[in-house]
Amino acid sequence: MDPEAAVKTLADAWSWLTTAANWSGDGGIWNRLGQHLFLTVVCLLISCLIALPVALVLGHLGKGGALAVNISNIGRAVPTFAVLVLLLLTPIGGHGEWPTIIALVLFAVPPLLTNAYVGMREVDRDIVRAARGMGMTGRQLMLGVEVPLALPLILTGVRIAAVQLVATATLAALAGGGGLGRIITAGFNLASTSQVVAGAVLVAVFALIVEGLFEAGRLLVPDRLRGGGSG
Amino acid sequence: MPPHPSGAGPFPEAVRPRTADQDVRPHRTARSNGRVTAPPDDCLARNEWLCGAYLSSRREILWDAVVQHLQLTLASVLIGLVIAVPLALVARHRRWAAGPVLGLTTILYTVPSLAMFSLLLPVYGLSASLVVTGLVLYSLTLLVRNILAGLRAVPEETRQAARGMGYGPLRLLLAVELPLALPAAMAGLRIATVSAVSLVTVGAIVGYGGLGNLIYSGMNTYFKAQVLTASVLCVVIAVAADLLLLLAQRVLTPWTRRQP
Repeated sequence: MDPEAAVKTLADAWSWLTTAANWSGDGGIWNRLGQHLFLTVVCLLISCLIALPVALVLGHLGKGGALAVNISNIGRAVPTFAVLVLLLLTPIGGHGEWPTIIALVLFAVPPLLTNAYVGMREVDRDIVRAARGMGMTGRQLMLGVEVPLALPLILTGVRIAAVQLVATATLAALAGGGGLGRIITAGFNLASTSQVVAGAVLVAVFALIVEGLFEAGRLLVPDRLRGGGSG
Repeated sequence: MPPHPSGAGPFPEAVRPRTADQDVRPHRTARSNGRVTAPPDDCLARNEWLCGAYLSSRREILWDAVVQHLQLTLASVLIGLVIAVPLALVARHRRWAAGPVLGLTTILYTVPSLAMFSLLLPVYGLSASLVVTGLVLYSLTLLVRNILAGLRAVPEETRQAARGMGYGPLRLLLAVELPLALPAAMAGLRIATVSAVSLVTVGAIVGYGGLGNLIYSGMNTYFKAQVLTASVLCVVIAVAADLLLLLAQRVLTPWTRRQP
């Protein structure tokens, strides 16, 4: 396509975005945004509840390292789209958003697990020994010393998982899931390039906002950690 | 079956049949259609996940999809490498460039794949270039980051020793810095390649997704054997590519093995 046509498509995408009718209703932007946000937040919570306890305990005990580290590599080799479609064709596929939720959780768990585990293992061994020497129990050591010191890497894992969730939730639209990706797939079905681009802009902005929020959060955390460390 | 552009518009067959608000989940009719055309009692007719008859009867389709998958992956990783090396070198030698280069590639990496391909649609239309460009943009982050980390890890003493031996800037780069940065760069290349193999499948949205095309059409026709076979082949390609690169790294950097 020549540059002129590309510019025209961008203008059309903008007018699609600024048309009030496209924001309301069942397939409207607000509804899709709500679905996307809901899927991301709920699945992030579920993934954290599954991955973090396992990673923190394994990291504390120093066991299962090979699995915790390699699970990220395995997750990368398996195409998200393939998993979404495979789940859709299983009996789970008939149950609303469940295929999407399971796929989202499956792809959010590996970065959480790997980062939290590595974070726990990278805590200075001298500090751990000192804490033991002070008579701390395993539980006190884990929650009072190791987890706070591992927090930066744990949060990095949460951030990677969140960005991954936003991307996977978008892809879920290809397999019939809800969310902002549906605006893109609907655009493809209508052969409307302007709607495809408008949907893509919404998704990209959403993803960048999520990343930006975590970046802002990261700037706040080290101060608190330092405060806790000196107290 | 890879979708072909239909006469009705620029959008591929597999993408068009659904309307915006229609549920995309396949209906039972798709299943019974399959039953009519296939012989009454084999695994294709019973729509089983594992099906030898599928492998033998669709060998050519599978082969074509694998070839397209490999071509798209190879093209995007090679182009990514050609762009990433100079970018990493600029970021290494011009202090002011490091921030913008890393920042920009990180932002590109944050954009979800479906959105990335869609944003490129006005520029490239429904073409293989669209998929390759999207994948190149993703691989840039991983490659630039790792090459830069490798270059930065070259000890200053080593560099000074080379200069003392009369190495010019170019020879220093080619004979000392790049070889020493190779292990880190290869780690990035492996991650970028595996990710690209997986992301090619999303190209199915524009009809150039390699094995993703088979997954996409298999979804629309509820064809279990096709979806599972194509998915497994994707993982096999990813693992094979990873092992191949690992082997290449061992051959290229024999000195790393002697270290404890």
